[in-house]
Amino acid sequence: MIKIAIASGKGGTGKTFVATNIFHSLMQNNVDAILVDCDAEAPNAAAFFKTRQTGSFEVTKLVPVINADSCTFCGKCHEYCNFNAIFILPPMKIINVIEDLCHGCGACSVACRYDAITEKPVSLGIVKFYSVNDKPVLIEARMNVGVMSPVPVLKAAIKQINDKAEIAILDSPPGTACPFIQTVSASDYVILVTEPTPFGLSDLKQSIDTLKKIDKPFGVIINRAGLGNKDIYKWLKNNNIAILAEVPFSQEIAHIYSEGRLIADSDKNYEIQFYNICNWIKQELNDEVLMK
Amino acid sequence: MKQIAVISGKGGTGKSSISAAFATLNGEVVIADCDVDAANLYLLFKPSDEEEESFISGYKAVINYEKCSGCGLCLNYCRFDAISSQNNRVIIDEISCDGCFLCSRICPENAIKMVPNDKSRLYSGSFKNGRLVYGRLAPGEENSGKLVNMVREKTKQVSEKFDLGTVILDGPPGIGCPVISTITGVDKVIIVTEPTISGLHDLKRAAEIVLKSDRKPSVIINKWDLNAEMTDQIHEWCNQNGIKVAGLIPFDKKMVEAMVQGKTIIEFDKTNVISMELKRIWNETINDK
Repeated sequence: MIKIAIASGKGGTGKTFVATNIFHSLMQNNVDAILVDCDAEAPNAAAFFKTRQTGSFEVTKLVPVINADSCTFCGKCHEYCNFNAIFILPPMKIINVIEDLCHGCGACSVACRYDAITEKPVSLGIVKFYSVNDKPVLIEARMNVGVMSPVPVLKAAIKQINDKAEIAILDSPPGTACPFIQTVSASDYVILVTEPTPFGLSDLKQSIDTLKKIDKPFGVIINRAGLGNKDIYKWLKNNNIAILAEVPFSQEIAHIYSEGRLIADSDKNYEIQFYNICNWIKQELNDEVLMK
Repeated sequence: MKQIAVISGKGGTGKSSISAAFATLNGEVVIADCDVDAANLYLLFKPSDEEEESFISGYKAVINYEKCSGCGLCLNYCRFDAISSQNNRVIIDEISCDGCFLCSRICPENAIKMVPNDKSRLYSGSFKNGRLVYGRLAPGEENSGKLVNMVREKTKQVSEKFDLGTVILDGPPGIGCPVISTITGVDKVIIVTEPTISGLHDLKRAAEIVLKSDRKPSVIINKWDLNAEMTDQIHEWCNQNGIKVAGLIPFDKKMVEAMVQGKTIIEFDKTNVISMELKRIWNETINDK
């Protein structure tokens, strides 16, 4: 199976637009494809399909529960905790766990020599399974509002990908930090979606720096072509980076997207184009394997 | 000090363009770019006399193979699936490592060292409308919430030092830790949304995060005329939830043209409908008790 992540440094360049349209085009062409919405802070992909939820499971972290009766207030757990999640005032015999700061690493339990720490699960979010046209093809990571990091939930969603499918499309969170890295490092190829504006170019450069560091093959889709300026084209050309496709800016496409519809559904040309992008990537990855 | 945070839930709705426009309306301000993953305001404002500080975003475990006996004890303790063993050689996956230190503490051979990630930076400098503070998280690093806290702390110092009472915080997308760090303790939160189903969905989650801190955000619907029906729906949802719609901004290519020229819409075209509307929204926001 091939995993393709759809990512961008800058938010709102059209990741979900590209991910949902590619996924639709693959399904239309009878490719055994899965869509994984890894943008756990703002998951939107399911809204573009007629879905039926078929299952779900909760993602949790284990946080410590301190039994104040056995606790000697020695402070060892506080010392072991690298995230300042244990608040302790020994003279006052006060010890508290700040659950929001806890990463669930278990270091405090290891530190405690008095058996004063047990653990309880705390919910971080949910992984949902949906079927589209009666096929179980959509996985969604959805972080609970108020949780600090989307990473555990999106990692749990990625783990659910059935390797028997032909292609998995991973809709990545924006940015170039940890949530992005977790998504792209699980993928074989990354499509970076950008727009031809100074902000778009700056964030694209940062994404590409990151992908080069982890040695991940990638290509670029320029969305809203026609807006902005030509700097991005010059830069891509000078750096010998492939442009996989351009999607022109049009009020019509923006309108279709705004209603939760897919351009590849209303315009066959787009379906063919998005389908071909995947074929091209497949070829590219094959060539790369042969080169090695 | 009056602090106004601009956030969005969904990315690309126009947070930065709108915050930057607010910053160039009148008087001098401090503007803080809290989108440390993808900082952009410095491109627009080209700050001078920059100060730079480094920021340790976390730690990574590194094995010293001269000491490692390959016992594999660390594998059992790691809860982040970061450690594996291949042919008796223990390997730590840098990407999965959470930097919790546990493996380094339990290693009987003392073979694991924790190395700080110190490539991220905090900057502050001046631009023609005041001061700009921003952070740049090194690619792939985590804990952007902590860097946002550092940006907030620096912003406070700068505001006091230069006697600038108005602070604008341009937030990151999403609703996670860096967003919470951006809105903690501010006077007003503006959520910028767009008339799409994704925009509304993410607006609801962003509003929830603000409501959790017992405050009411106000909402700007950007590019409202791209789908007037969706705009109505968003309006209705806001009304039902007692959230004020501060204003509607139409779609205009001039927003992009301004950015290409390195200007805010206010600097680019003062009398444009968008400029006038943003000015009205800003005055209302800043004067609202």
